Amino acid sequence: MLSNSTLGQYFPGNSIIHRLDPRFKLLLTFVGIVLVFVAGNFFSLFAVVALVVLAMGLSGIPLRQYLKSLKAIIVLVLFTAVLNLFYGHGEVLWQFWIFQITTGGISNAFFIAIRVISLILFSAVLTYTTSPTQLTDALERVMKPLKVFHIRVHEIAMMMTIALRFVPTLLEETDKIMSAQKARGADMESGGAIQRMKALIPVLIPLFVSSFRRAYDLATAMECRCYRGGEGRTKMKSLHATVLDYRAVAIIVLFAAAVVACNLLLPARLM
Amino acid sequence: MPTILETKELTYEYGKGTSMTKTAVDHVNLAIESGEFIGIIGHTGSGKSTLIQQLNGLLRPTSGQVLLEGEDIWKEPKKIRRVRFRVGMVFQYPEHQLFEETVLKDISFGPRNMGLSEEEILRKAKEAAEFVGMKPELLEKSPFELSGGEKRRAAIAGVIAMDPDVLILDEPTAGLDPHGRDVLLSQIQSYHRYRKNTVLLVSHSMEDIARVADRVLVMNGGKAAMFDTTAAVFARGEELERMGLRVPQITKIMNRLRADGYPVADGVLTLEEAIRQLAPLRQERRLLRAQ
Repeated sequence: MLSNSTLGQYFPGNSIIHRLDPRFKLLLTFVGIVLVFVAGNFFSLFAVVALVVLAMGLSGIPLRQYLKSLKAIIVLVLFTAVLNLFYGHGEVLWQFWIFQITTGGISNAFFIAIRVISLILFSAVLTYTTSPTQLTDALERVMKPLKVFHIRVHEIAMMMTIALRFVPTLLEETDKIMSAQKARGADMESGGAIQRMKALIPVLIPLFVSSFRRAYDLATAMECRCYRGGEGRTKMKSLHATVLDYRAVAIIVLFAAAVVACNLLLPARLM
Repeated sequence: MPTILETKELTYEYGKGTSMTKTAVDHVNLAIESGEFIGIIGHTGSGKSTLIQQLNGLLRPTSGQVLLEGEDIWKEPKKIRRVRFRVGMVFQYPEHQLFEETVLKDISFGPRNMGLSEEEILRKAKEAAEFVGMKPELLEKSPFELSGGEKRRAAIAGVIAMDPDVLILDEPTAGLDPHGRDVLLSQIQSYHRYRKNTVLLVSHSMEDIARVADRVLVMNGGKAAMFDTTAAVFARGEELERMGLRVPQITKIMNRLRADGYPVADGVLTLEEAIRQLAPLRQERRLLRAQ
């Protein structure tokens, strides 16, 4: 009941995308997202969309899952698209009071919608094919230079790993406590907004208490195994780049070149 | 005795409609009589928890029915709360549900949800606290200040306070020390005798089940593998072992003696009973030696 959202979910698999080094995947996803914003006309945007579709195809994850990830933001997409409909210049197609829809507005709306959707799909490819541990591992490595600014990269990565690790545990715990309170006649399904919020108190308090208990237990367990931060710590699974990663980089570079070329050589978008 | 709780072809499937459908409870037919003390045993994952959560309407069966005094509990889904007041459920580690400022308030949570008057709530809460042996001075404390055993008692009292006709307990003694287990079990037993209501006890301790249950339900792979008197179930030791269960130690010893040709009864469940059975044998041996 609480696990309907697919955003940030990981689907184990053995596709090319799954096998990429998470550090590369993280950086390449970042490049992909930058390209989404660099794309200045429909031609370059098309190149970006082709890249997303390629990544999605290679990930071996059913299209259905990707559509599910879009479900959460569909309202946002529609909202921005509709808003953009009224901005822009060009031939006026429809007018009412101070509102007017122009050809430029329609093109704007489409442009923005495709941008947002590609953005979400890029990150979906990353999170669907990379386990949370791999992801934080990659983040830790990628953020390492920040140590110069006295940012405790390892500690932040460790916190993220722990937080992600406990999401399913806490969901299960919430489910259990909810059942226990329902068994005592707690009514969580009816009533107005305020009443429903009040009905959550018997769930939230035990959840808080148990989270603290778990935190103490975990801290003790980590100390028992001599954990003392990132200083001098080595990895059990150290990451190695393979031919696959360099090929992926080459592909992204090609697409980036295509996007820039389209931007420069082809006419800019109607505004 | 009239039947209080009945299941008809009760089936529950997890993840229905996906590729990972798993039948947790598979066409279970039960009839539980009013005032019975039923023990429920089964290996982990045998469907015990899913079964009991359907009995008070926390889970809605995929197919089949649960009848409370002959009436389908899902006939009017809006009134499912009433069923939950009548079929009380104590979950595993119930102390994790405590949330109120004081123990008394927490015990009153159930009765308050029933919409009773303040005096009635107070009376029921105090009575329930007494049943589980909570000292009155603890009632004004915060539940988080109590010891582990006291928390458990407070949480169980919170369900007993609703005065349910059927009380289901899922491993109420898990994690308690041996003395605490014995005391809690005795309290549940005396509560059952006093209120004359129906109790369903899920436990991994065969000794506990043998001590208190009138009848035992054995779950295996989602099916009700056996449902018979306690003695009859524990007489089938080999079958139970094949399901990953065991019989109480004393029962095992007595079954073995019987297999070796000693004249002892089938399905001996308690130490006291075993002593009674073995005493004549000892007498006999003494006589033989004297000759």
